Amino acid sequence: MAEVIVVTSGKGGVGKTTSSAAFATGLAQRGKKVVVIDFDVGLRNLDLIMGVERRVVFDIVNVIQGEARLNQALIRDKRVDTLQILPASQTRDKDALTKEGVGQIIEELAKDNDYILCDSPAGIEKGALLALYFADQAIVVTNPEVSSVRDSDRILGVLQSKSKRAEDRKEPVKEHLLVTRYDPVRVEKGEMLKLDDIREILAIPLLGVIPESESVLRASNTGTPVVMDAESVAGQAYKDAVGRFLGDKVEHRFLEAQKKGLFSRLFGGRAA
Amino acid sequence: MSWLDFFRARKPDTTAAAAKERLQIVLAHERIGRTREDFLPKLQQEIVAVVAKYVAIDPGKVNVSLDRGGDMSTLAIEIDLPGPAGDRIRGAAAS
Ligand SMILES: Nc1ncnc2c1ncn2[C@@H]1O[C@H](COP(=O)(O)OP(=O)(O)OP(=O)(O)O)[C@@H](O)[C@H]1O
Ligand SMILES: [Mg+2]
Repeated sequence: MAEVIVVTSGKGGVGKTTSSAAFATGLAQRGKKVVVIDFDVGLRNLDLIMGVERRVVFDIVNVIQGEARLNQALIRDKRVDTLQILPASQTRDKDALTKEGVGQIIEELAKDNDYILCDSPAGIEKGALLALYFADQAIVVTNPEVSSVRDSDRILGVLQSKSKRAEDRKEPVKEHLLVTRYDPVRVEKGEMLKLDDIREILAIPLLGVIPESESVLRASNTGTPVVMDAESVAGQAYKDAVGRFLGDKVEHRFLEAQKKGLFSRLFGGRAA
Repeated sequence: MSWLDFFRARKPDTTAAAAKERLQIVLAHERIGRTREDFLPKLQQEIVAVVAKYVAIDPGKVNVSLDRGGDMSTLAIEIDLPGPAGDRIRGAAAS
């Protein structure tokens, strides 16, 4: 039976899709069987970030409406063969998703996978609620910024009241904090919330801190999940976070501003 | 940007160029999709219905794969046929 993990945030644009792609790929690289589902119906993007946009034939809405079978809509990753992607529909809206339909898909996928990752859309409306409803665990993506922290707190409340686990009065959804776009230089200058402050306010276990990094944009340009870029600090931080998720003891890295060398000072270089 | 990127940026095969090319292809296809109904589900249903007239097939054993390109896309429909021979019909269409 697979564990269902939702990647959520409330706020838009904080790095959910980037993190879903990185986590799904990272887990698959560790030999796990993984399916990553795009719940952003109407605004699908996971296919682009995963680099499979040319191969999308059917999507989650086609499956729910009985127009295609689940195995026809799944796209197998060409780089890591234990990884599959279930794309969102680009032409319908979120009302095309139903709780029963999503439940059936997850039940079927759970039979022969280890992890099902759900890339949530922003907001706390239908799409976001369905993405988190079946979750066993939640990765709450938060930027060091006031509105993102507040929205994360809000989504934690939703997880505790509106998830299936909450409704069934089961053990609550296991929560993980993933801080992304962290810029130690700005934190040092006192311009950005410190990690410790975010942890104190949200008070959930910390899974990882992903630094602000230019490699994230480069990775999205080519459709390669950033975790595959071994030179990138963001890629390494995601790899560490995946390790921690699987129980490895890994120290947090990239929390301090790096002392700049002569070259990067001259050319104004930033994190790789 | 590292100092090496200064030289890399001059080459045409930047990641930004890759991004543009990927977007042009995917958007060209999506724009067509906006004005016309998605025909793939129906196409598949009809092909399966035609094949099913001649042989008993398991609709679950029908696989459709697509590779969108700039000038040409390929659509491959693979149907597993039952029976001792275990034949398999392969069809490919280009557009
Ligand atoms: N660690 C990072 N460093 C630099 N840029 C980042 C980082 N993480 C994400 N980004 C950038 O932030 C933007 C938003 O990322 P992403 O699409 O993953 O967010 P999202 O939460 O899925 O957004 P939405 O709510 O619209 O679904 C993208 O341009 C992405 O490249
Ligand atoms: Mg997203």
